[in-house]
Amino acid sequence: MGSRASSLLREEDIEEIKKETGFSHSQITRLYSRFHSLDKGENGALSREDFQRIPELAINPLGDRIINAFFPEGEDQVNFRGFMRTLAHFRPVEDNEKNKDPSAGEPLNSRNNKLLFAFRLYDLDRDDKISRDELLQVLRMMVGVNISDEQLGSIADRTIQEADTNGDMCISFSEFIKVLEKVDVEQKMSIRFLH
Amino acid sequence: MSWCCFFCLQWATLRMERGAKEKNQQLYKPYSNGIIAKEPASLEQEIQEMRRSGSGLGGAEFDMSDIFYFCRRGVESIVDDEVTKRFTAEELESWNLLTRSNYNFHHISTRLTVLWGLGVLIRYGILLPLRYTNIPGVVTVLCFSGRMKSFLSEKVHLMCYRICVRALTAIITYHDSENKPKNGGICVANHTSPIDVIILASDGCYAMVGQVHGGLMGVIQRAMVKACPHIWFERSEVKDRHLVAKRLSDHVADKSKLPILIFPEGTCINNTSVMMFKKGSFEIGCTVYPVAIKYDPRFGEAFWNSSKFGMVNYLLHMMSSWAIVCSVWYLPPMSREEGEDAVQFANRVKAAIARKGGLADLLWDGGLKREKVKEVFKEEQQKLYSKVLVGGEED
Repeated sequence: MGSRASSLLREEDIEEIKKETGFSHSQITRLYSRFHSLDKGENGALSREDFQRIPELAINPLGDRIINAFFPEGEDQVNFRGFMRTLAHFRPVEDNEKNKDPSAGEPLNSRNNKLLFAFRLYDLDRDDKISRDELLQVLRMMVGVNISDEQLGSIADRTIQEADTNGDMCISFSEFIKVLEKVDVEQKMSIRFLH
Repeated sequence: MSWCCFFCLQWATLRMERGAKEKNQQLYKPYSNGIIAKEPASLEQEIQEMRRSGSGLGGAEFDMSDIFYFCRRGVESIVDDEVTKRFTAEELESWNLLTRSNYNFHHISTRLTVLWGLGVLIRYGILLPLRYTNIPGVVTVLCFSGRMKSFLSEKVHLMCYRICVRALTAIITYHDSENKPKNGGICVANHTSPIDVIILASDGCYAMVGQVHGGLMGVIQRAMVKACPHIWFERSEVKDRHLVAKRLSDHVADKSKLPILIFPEGTCINNTSVMMFKKGSFEIGCTVYPVAIKYDPRFGEAFWNSSKFGMVNYLLHMMSSWAIVCSVWYLPPMSREEGEDAVQFANRVKAAIARKGGLADLLWDGGLKREKVKEVFKEEQQKLYSKVLVGGEED
C-alpha cells in the first residue's frame, strides 16, 4: 500500500530539501512523484534523455539549454536534490521571505538568482560572460532558419552595444542585471506552484 | 450479482467519504488542481508584454528578457506537461482501494489499511476465481464458432462477448443506442484498452481492424477471422497506407459487411483525454459513427500501460478489480463536409467525442508514447518568435 515513490523519500530528506529550497512538504512529495514518473530507468536520477522525452520541452527552442541547466558541470545525471534545487529558482518570491535572516544566505529564488539562471542560459561556456558568439548561438536557437546571418549578427551587435559598459564586447553578469533592471523578473521567472 | 457488486461499491465509497469528513482526515488529495497553474497567454502576447513593461529601449527588436518566456515555459513543462501524463493511469482524488492506481498515496489510517487488506482478499479470493470460471466457456465458443454459418455466428459472437463482459464484471451503460453503427460505415472510438473492443462488440457486431499480434492475441485474432471477415494487417503492411485504405474502402463498399471498428488514436490513452486522430480512416469518405467511452476510475483502472504490463498481467489486474464501470455514448453519424479535408474532419469528430465523454481534446499525437516529437513543431515555435523579432523592425 502506498507507493514505491513516496517510500523512497525519507522524512529527513524532505526536511532538508524544505530548508534548502523553501518548498512545502506537499509540494516536495508531489514533485518527487513527477521526478519518479520522468525517471524511466528507475535509478533515482534523471538523464538528458528523460527530459527530452517531454514533448513540450522538446519543441521549446531553448529546450536543450534549459535541460543543461539542471546538470552540474560535466555530469550526466541529476538526482532529486539537484532537481529540486534547480526548480527552486522558479518559486515565487514571497513577502515574508524578504524579512528573513540575511545570514541564512540568499534564497535560491531571489531576483539575483533568477537573473543568474537566465544569464547562464546565454553563457554557453560558463566563463561568466556572454560573448558575441554565444549570443549569436542562442539567438540562432530561438529563431531557427527564419532570420539571415547578417540580420542576426546586427541584432547581436546592437544588443551588446547597448548593454556593454566596460567596452570588452562581452556582457558580464552585472551588465546583464543593469539591462534588465526594469523588468519584473520575479514575476516572469516564477511558476505558480499550488499548495 | 454484478448489480449487487455495483451498489455495494457505491455504498462503500460513500461511507469512506463520510468517515473521512467526520475525522477531518486528508482522504482526498486535490490532484485535479495539478501541481502548477499555467498562464494561457501565447508567445507573442507574453513577449510584447515583457518588452512594454521592461527596459523601454523603444523599437528594439530583441530584448535579453525574451529568454524568460522560453525558460519559464520549459521549466513548467518539466514540472507538468500535457502529454506524458496521458500514458500512465490517472491520478485519483480519492483512493479506490486498489493497489496500483495511486502513486503518491500515504498511509492515512489503520482502518483504511484493514479495509484495503479485506479488499485484496475479496478481490483475489472470491471475485477472481468466479470470473475465471467464465474463461473455458469463452475459449470453447471461440474455437467452434468458425465452423458455424454466418447468421448463427453473429449470435454466437454476441454471446461470446457477453460472457467476456461477465468475466470482467463490466457494468456498461449504453446511451443513445438509436445511433448505433450500421453496415457500410466506420465506427470510431477513443481507445483506452483492449477491453474497449469487448465493450462495443457485446452490443453490436463489428469487423475489427488491427495489427496481427503474436501470442494470445494472435490466437484470438485467427479464431475470429474464421467466423466473419475482419481486417488484420501485418506490421509491414500498416506502413503502406494505400493498401490499408483500399482494403477499408472495399469493405465499406460492400453493404453486407459489418461496420468497421477503428481506434484512430492508434494506441491506448489513459481515458482523461482524446489525442490526435490519424486521418487514414477519415479519408475513405463513408459515414463515420463516433462513439465515446468513459470508464469510471473509482472501481478499476482500465487503462493498459503496455510498456509496464503485458497482456496477461493486465487481464489479471482487470479481473481482480472491483468492477469495470463505464459509459458508452453513441453519437449521431457524421460525414465529411464540402471543403473539409480529412484532418479537419478527424478533428471535428474528435472534438465531438471529447465533448460527450468529458475528456480533454488534445492535438498531440498518441504516438509520442513511443516516438520522439517531430522537429517541425520546434520549427513552428522558432517561426513564431522570428515573426515577433522581425515584425518589430517594420514598426
